[in-house]
Amino acid sequence: MPLLPRNWPLWLVVLFLITLPIGAGILWLVLTALYNQVHGLVPMGKLAPQNWRFLFEGSVGGRPSIWVALKNSAVFAAAVATLEVLIASMAAYAISRMKFPLRTPYLGMILTLHAFPAVSLLIAIYYILRLLGLFDTLIGVILVKASLDLPLGIWLMKGFFDQLSWDMEMAALVDGASRWTVFWRVALPLVRPGILALGTFALLSAWGEFILPFTFIVSAKSWTLALYMQSFMKEAFVDYGLMAAVGLFYALPVFLLFLFGQRYLLNIYSGGVKG
Amino acid sequence: MRRYLTPFLFLGPASLLILLFFFTPVVATLLLSFTDLATTTFRHPSWVGLANYRDLFADPFLKKILANTARYVGLTLAFNVGMGLLLALVTSLVPENWGDPFRALWLLPRILPPVVYVFIWQGMLAEAPMGLVSDLLGVSKNWLVETPWVAVILANGFVGASFGMLIFTSAIRAIPRELFYAAAVDGATTLQTIRRVVIPMLAWPILFVTAYQTLSLLTSFEYILLLTDGGPGFYGTEVWSLHAYHLALSNYFGNVEFGLGAAMAAVLVVIGVVVSLFYLKIFNFRALVTEPKIEV
Repeated sequence: MPLLPRNWPLWLVVLFLITLPIGAGILWLVLTALYNQVHGLVPMGKLAPQNWRFLFEGSVGGRPSIWVALKNSAVFAAAVATLEVLIASMAAYAISRMKFPLRTPYLGMILTLHAFPAVSLLIAIYYILRLLGLFDTLIGVILVKASLDLPLGIWLMKGFFDQLSWDMEMAALVDGASRWTVFWRVALPLVRPGILALGTFALLSAWGEFILPFTFIVSAKSWTLALYMQSFMKEAFVDYGLMAAVGLFYALPVFLLFLFGQRYLLNIYSGGVKG
Repeated sequence: MRRYLTPFLFLGPASLLILLFFFTPVVATLLLSFTDLATTTFRHPSWVGLANYRDLFADPFLKKILANTARYVGLTLAFNVGMGLLLALVTSLVPENWGDPFRALWLLPRILPPVVYVFIWQGMLAEAPMGLVSDLLGVSKNWLVETPWVAVILANGFVGASFGMLIFTSAIRAIPRELFYAAAVDGATTLQTIRRVVIPMLAWPILFVTAYQTLSLLTSFEYILLLTDGGPGFYGTEVWSLHAYHLALSNYFGNVEFGLGAAMAAVLVVIGVVVSLFYLKIFNFRALVTEPKIEV
């Protein structure tokens, strides 16, 4: 608020107190991953490198190596983000710049789908993937994930194209460039902030994605890190130290982005992202 | 027709994916809900009409699942909106260089991979010595089993609160400064300013967040699946969407009842379509659809 109350340090204390659980959770994860034993948030005993044995041993309890899961997660996240940014930008460019029949209903459909809860379609998508022969493949899950986030991406990119002045594009068109050249060489470079925002959002969202791979992937060779980590949760004896280390390893890219790009993250998530 | 070739090419890939993974599934959900598709009949399902819906309403556990769903959506929604509002207000009452890091911190539950996030909850609620809650209370219990609803609502709430926080924060920033000056000149206290100036200006965003999150909570089950998987005990925290998922895709009893699961999902799909079309109407769609810029 523009007027800072005189007693703002008091409000800071309130803010600190309600945020405490988040801090405690992160601290718990880090300490549990590093130490042999932790009582609440108090480390007992020595540092425990054996919590990190999953990095060096080929497999833990018959699971595939974590490096296989890491590679799958990286491929999954990169492919989803690339597809989503490219396809959403193309569609958004057409909506923002061109006239075609049913344009208004099309935009209305995108907006409706943006609010529509896609998880309710999981059961039918399972059936469709089996019919297409894409069940239990990474490609199938990539396509589903990219599609379900598409309405959000199109809506976001349309906003960026709308803000762009079209003088440069017009000049290029007058010079005889094709619509595709104009899109690829002129318009896309100008919406770089939008591409970065949507790309980061898509990467983060795909990196963490659990329910889609969990439902559509069976073979351990196609496991992503989410499935790798979840496989420990089902065990009767929970090795908290090992799991915390796996979790920390898995969440590391997210923590790094958080540490170095806070303001950037706030901008992305204020841009009309789903709840 | 040629003049529309370019826009169609640009829209092609997006339209194809939307057709394949939004429209076909909506139709498929409805169609499958009228069949007896199950593990044993996967290759040759037959049409059973409304039988699945009859079974659904005859289910003795339906009442419990409906009550669970109402409790989950109602309480999580209250937490999300209330906490989102509190966070937006409090982070706006401290200097920007304090408010921003705290807002970013509240994004962490949302951007952490759900598996890791839920594992942290499970660990903190576990028995001593690991569990922080057991440690603080001095009573060593698995609090996830003792108080599953508190866990489910808080775990979902800490993720959901940031949505309201961000929307309310930008709404507060959009309030004209003069209103605050006028309130200050009139000698209003901070709390009076919040109650009489800020909250009335937030009525519309609060309605938006409530409407939006009701729909997404009604259909979401990812965190419950990971946290309690509908337990403890028999259907302890099983909600409608999770039950549909269990029936169709991961039945404990071996034979998945795909058709019945589809019938439960169909109810959600119909609600989803109707409600999101309704949102489109009330959140002023016309204003959002402007004419394209270049016409060649």
